[in-house]
Amino acid sequence: MPGLSDLYPSTVGWVITVLVVGSVVTLLAILGFRQIARFSKVAAPWMFLVFVACGVAVLPQLGVNSVDDLWAVANQKIWTGAPLEGRAHFSFWHITFFAWFTNMAMHIGMADLTILRYAKKWQYGFFSAFGMYLGHYVAWIASGILVALAIQNSGEIAPGPIAYLGAGIAGLAAVVIAGWTTANPTIYRAGLAMQTITPNWKRWKVTLAVGAITSVAALFPALMMRLLDFVALYGLILMPMGAVIFADFWLLPRLGLRQDYADWKEIAFSLPAAASWGVTLAACWGINAVWGLEVFFLGLPGWFIATAIYVALSFAQQGALTKVKAERYAGDNTWNTY
Amino acid sequence: MEYILKTGSFIGLALTVVPAFLVFAGELTWDTHAVLMAIGALLWFATAPFWMVKEDASHGPVE
Repeated sequence: MPGLSDLYPSTVGWVITVLVVGSVVTLLAILGFRQIARFSKVAAPWMFLVFVACGVAVLPQLGVNSVDDLWAVANQKIWTGAPLEGRAHFSFWHITFFAWFTNMAMHIGMADLTILRYAKKWQYGFFSAFGMYLGHYVAWIASGILVALAIQNSGEIAPGPIAYLGAGIAGLAAVVIAGWTTANPTIYRAGLAMQTITPNWKRWKVTLAVGAITSVAALFPALMMRLLDFVALYGLILMPMGAVIFADFWLLPRLGLRQDYADWKEIAFSLPAAASWGVTLAACWGINAVWGLEVFFLGLPGWFIATAIYVALSFAQQGALTKVKAERYAGDNTWNTY
Repeated sequence: MEYILKTGSFIGLALTVVPAFLVFAGELTWDTHAVLMAIGALLWFATAPFWMVKEDASHGPVE
């Protein structure tokens, strides 16, 4: 298996494994939402317990033989505060921000809407928070313990080998299934998104194309082993559109403005949306360049910037549309059929 | 039948997590824990889909 610093696929076994896993994930995504939901529903409770078991079972190998030992060993061997060479030093705030914003593309960028559109109640949206707490706090704590053991044993630091340290074959299976359940809805929603660009293509064809591209991308450890940086960046890139969706759907009607203005006016290019996207990303880049704020922290200020720009430009664009007119159009619910 | 399946599933989950705490308590070796976890995983995935996944036509389109 490639190491954290490798750029290119190093073995035939790695290539075959990635392509087989990619093919299965793509196939499930092609089968559609229901198959994805079924598989994830079954896998979730088991996966969470594997993460917990992995962390607990290896504690004695690190010298933790009672709860009293845990704090001292945690400070001396596990969370020492010394990053690996070439890696960023993560503070408490890095972990907090990253835990909540690592999947910014899904939750704040609104990619989750492809799945949550089937929610029967609005409260289902909170399930994202449960997933983040279990997956990004509990699993990361277990992961920290496992990496500490791998370093102590001078072993390989990669998801598969460290999971094997904790739970053997079941740990390896959990890593594959965790990746699988994460990738499934992503490829599914990517297929839906691409279909809007190529409306004449069947959804399965688009999903197959997306699955093929992502499987080839997954071959390169340069991308996969820097996943934290990658997801932070693509989440940041998608974040402004999530802010636009939020502002358009929730804020504009309360401000006396028309939702889905571009669709209603049959405008192919929405200047407020495009400007919010572009200016926000430029602003985030500027904040990073001037104040040195790392990519993990840019999502939060960026979201407010994007929302403010979109609302301001919508006011400018719809200036002639008074509140009275907006209320008149409120009877027209044709936009609200997603 | 569903009762048997659910019982199997919960035994599978128990085999997944309980051995780890027994290793921590010094009551079980790591090797035994790894074998029990694998058995737990097999038991869970062999039983849970049959009672967790039920057909629900109103749950959303197949799309």
